[in-house]
Amino acid sequence: MALLEINDIHTYYGNIHALKGISMTVEEGEIVTLIGANGAGKTTTLRSISGLIKPRRGKIVLDGEDIKKYAAQELVYKGIVMVPEGRGIFSKMTVGENLDMGAYSRKDKDGILKDLGWVYELFPRLKEREKQIAGTLSGGEQQMLATARALMANPRVLLMDEPSMGLAPVLVEAIFDTIVQVNKEGTTILLVEQNATMALSIANRGYVLQTGEIVLSDTAVNLQKNEMVQKAYLGIE
Amino acid sequence: MIAPADSNNTLAIQLLGIMEPIPQNLRQSSAGKISSWIRKNFITSLGIFIVVLLIWRIVSVAQQDSYPIQYWAFQLINGLTLGGVYALIALGYTLVYGILFMINFAHGEVMMMGGFAGFFTLQLLTYLGWTNDTPFSSAISVVVMMLAGMTVSVLTGVILERIAYRPLRAAPRLVPLISAIGASFFLQYTALLMFGAIPHNYHKPSIFVGVWRIGETGIIISYTGAFIFVTSIIMMIGLYIIVQRTKLGRSMRAVAEDKQIATLMGIDVDKVIVFTFILGSALAGAGGVMLGLHNTVIRFNSGFIPGLKAFTAAVLGGIGNIPGAMVGSLLLGIMEALGPSALGLPTEYKDVIAFSILVLVLIFRPTGLLGEVLSNKKA
Repeated sequence: MALLEINDIHTYYGNIHALKGISMTVEEGEIVTLIGANGAGKTTTLRSISGLIKPRRGKIVLDGEDIKKYAAQELVYKGIVMVPEGRGIFSKMTVGENLDMGAYSRKDKDGILKDLGWVYELFPRLKEREKQIAGTLSGGEQQMLATARALMANPRVLLMDEPSMGLAPVLVEAIFDTIVQVNKEGTTILLVEQNATMALSIANRGYVLQTGEIVLSDTAVNLQKNEMVQKAYLGIE
Repeated sequence: MIAPADSNNTLAIQLLGIMEPIPQNLRQSSAGKISSWIRKNFITSLGIFIVVLLIWRIVSVAQQDSYPIQYWAFQLINGLTLGGVYALIALGYTLVYGILFMINFAHGEVMMMGGFAGFFTLQLLTYLGWTNDTPFSSAISVVVMMLAGMTVSVLTGVILERIAYRPLRAAPRLVPLISAIGASFFLQYTALLMFGAIPHNYHKPSIFVGVWRIGETGIIISYTGAFIFVTSIIMMIGLYIIVQRTKLGRSMRAVAEDKQIATLMGIDVDKVIVFTFILGSALAGAGGVMLGLHNTVIRFNSGFIPGLKAFTAAVLGGIGNIPGAMVGSLLLGIMEALGPSALGLPTEYKDVIAFSILVLVLIFRPTGLLGEVLSNKKA
């Protein structure tokens, strides 16, 4: 059984039918990516999973339990943790306080301390800036902080929304290297990206989203070879 | 006339009719330079003008020197006492504003309800003989009274949030504000119907009867004043520790910054908002009881003016800023106590002074003394 199973969800913004029956699965330990153009519904899919917007129809099943009934804040306790688009760090708090907020849902002090050591190992830069106000960090550092903060919640599935947005290519590579490393250490990842080249290079499987519908799903390797994907998303003629 | 877009003060300048171009020959003279500086810095010049006027008035009143130093000391102590009460109420305004970006105009009435609860508890305890029996029983009765006031204020505040504000959270920002004003009147007239229009007298517990005299200076501090000041300072420190050091305080700051991101951390935003109302209302309840002890009377509209004053204090310190509310309140208390005498006005003018301060702050420093520049989201 898949860790996360999304079954025919329909999400609306008012009268706008944004997701027209999306189904996908994420197996334990995978990196799955969702690619597509602007406005295809990638972020809406993530927001539907994390509970920020409730689908009108369909099922979202985590470990055999339909989790659609839970509020967004309750889903964090279930292990659904999202790194939002545009990072969304607490810019008035220090780096350390941001990471504390990440662990808000947890009670296991030893585990929190262990994970803090781990994220500081992953992002040594954050350790250096522990006492700094988060709003003064650079864009790349803020993305690191947002990722580290999500990891502090000990996610079962980490939802990442456009981690490459607004970052220089060299930083994008650094962030993606970390995503791979986090995944190797056991975190399941669902990654939404416009940068399809990067996303497919690290993912196991991928889904292609077009105006609220999944038009293609395959292994990442096959998608990279797919002519339509190459043309539309990878910039290969 | 075409309004130049480069200056925010243009409208005011136009209204004063000083937009006529200055003749070329005047531009080089020093008078010309001053007048062009005034044109460019209209608000600042107006501020300087007012400050000069105030200083002139204070100095000329001081030269007549009709008050002894003891009088000033007495007024200063009075101001600090009043400032302590304002601070407890102002913190409620600031906490709620910090999280919901809404002015809870019913907050003064929340305080008044606490004041009444304190009054009736005091009546009961006096009837039971606790208030005047021994110093210990008298002290206990003060604590019970404060707790009763805080409890009733907390209940009022929480119910208010649930009924009057929560359903409107997604509405435009003016809507909850109007709801707050409605709630304010509702609570006032509920109190009027329940307790009548006559003022109710707070009979001081025996522990508060008396004063300290400081040496031979002739300066006196009443026990009530000292109690109010010290207790309010302790409560402010307590609040600061809660907000800065505890998990709940951190979640409050997270919700203040971004509700959606706070949700993604697993924070129940509704709970945090309720908790904020609990904190603010508890402080207001304590403030209501203290105000009752200070003024020795309470009635249905006792919350209105002090509520507005505390709001003024919160704005003066920078609304949304916790240390700002404390500093602003103490300053306002002092200015209100010293102001009339310093300016040679009758004491009845203290409210005029307080609300003039509100207007001046809004004109010259809308962010308050310790406030930050408001982003569009907040403003």
